[in-house]
Amino acid sequence: MHLVVMAAAAQSETNPLIPSATELVMGLIGFVVVFGGLGKILLPRIQKTLAERTDLIEGGLHRADEAQAEATKVLEQYREQLREARQEAARLREEAKEQGAQIIAEMREQAQAEASRLVESAHAQIDADRQQALGTLRRQVGDLATELAGRIVGESLADEARQSRVVDRFLDELESTGDQATQLRAGR
Amino acid sequence: MNVDVKCGLPATHHIFSGCGYPSPTQNAFVFNPIFSIGPLHVTKPELLMAICVVVIVGFFWVAFAKPKLVPRGAQNIGELGVLFVQNQVLRPMIGKKGDRFLPFLVSLFFFIWLMNLLEIIPVAQFPVTSHTGFVWILVAFVWLTYMSVGIRAKGPIGFFKNMVPSGAPWWILWLLAPLVLFSDILIRPFTLGVRLFANMFAGHLLLLVFYLATWYFTSANFGAVYAVGSLAMSIVLTGFELLIQMLQAFIFTMLAAFYIGDSMETAH
Repeated sequence: MHLVVMAAAAQSETNPLIPSATELVMGLIGFVVVFGGLGKILLPRIQKTLAERTDLIEGGLHRADEAQAEATKVLEQYREQLREARQEAARLREEAKEQGAQIIAEMREQAQAEASRLVESAHAQIDADRQQALGTLRRQVGDLATELAGRIVGESLADEARQSRVVDRFLDELESTGDQATQLRAGR
Repeated sequence: MNVDVKCGLPATHHIFSGCGYPSPTQNAFVFNPIFSIGPLHVTKPELLMAICVVVIVGFFWVAFAKPKLVPRGAQNIGELGVLFVQNQVLRPMIGKKGDRFLPFLVSLFFFIWLMNLLEIIPVAQFPVTSHTGFVWILVAFVWLTYMSVGIRAKGPIGFFKNMVPSGAPWWILWLLAPLVLFSDILIRPFTLGVRLFANMFAGHLLLLVFYLATWYFTSANFGAVYAVGSLAMSIVLTGFELLIQMLQAFIFTMLAAFYIGDSMETAH
């Protein structure tokens, strides 16, 4: 440094504000190179990249928003479907309950009808049997009574008609007393 | 400067040797040519500037030649620098409409900063911007830019008319108008250049004073105590200069942006 100072001492003092031609020329070239290389070639590339990055981030946020909205919509749809399914199930259960009750009622009705039909037919059967029995009984009782009366009276009541007429009158009297007895039993 | 045989060599030029303190002068900024191309004599500052150009273009080439969406390494640092100029200088001064000047301002900022920074880089140890030639070239670019922007935005007459504050009384205009025109057209570039140059010039002198003193005080006796103090001061000032270098590059770029923005504005 000392040597530099000494070497410079020989030169005349210059105004530092006045530039040398070399500096101006080289400074011009230097800045043009920096501006051309950095400013015109490299900077546009990085600005493009920065813009792309901003786009990507904003795009990503936008897509995330969309996905969120989509998910919310789908969830809403599922909830709606679930609610509908529940309502459907409840409705089906109600229907099934109603149908069950109806079926039970119908069955009961049918059973009752069947039962009453059976009872009626049984009654009819019983009546028929009773009539038959009465008929049979009447005939046998008549025969027996006739035979008995014939034996007691000692004469044969040959005349069929007369014989029959006597027996019927006798049985009618007998029946009227029997009906009174039956009515008394039923009224009990 | 009085140079005799006794004080001629560094080894003999210490305190108590009878020789005075070799205070740094303007001659510390004068270099012998390394080589010459015709009438152009290339000296150390020119060489350093060329190195700055190579380093800046080289670094940003590595950083931005193939930019990735997910930045790595140099690209991260480069982006940081570009976004610093965009968000701290361009946008506050001009706004979004000045985005087309980003390449210019980024180039200015990094070129100036690196040329300043060489002051404290070992071996180089010289602020290129303390030589006005480089500064005036940059100032010329700024001046041409803001003048052309203004003339294009408002027309040649409108641009100059716009510099003068509207609403001033007629009787002051004859004084005000020349002053304002003088200020905007001549004072602005002059102060812009001198501010940068003088800061770097003074910073270099300041460091020289204390480094020279360190060397001057270095001797086998009591002077070593001064040398230690002077060395400590040198180190502190080096840190201070690091700040100044950044600050001056920032101020230069910011004022350039302000002048451009001012030319674009219609209302003064």
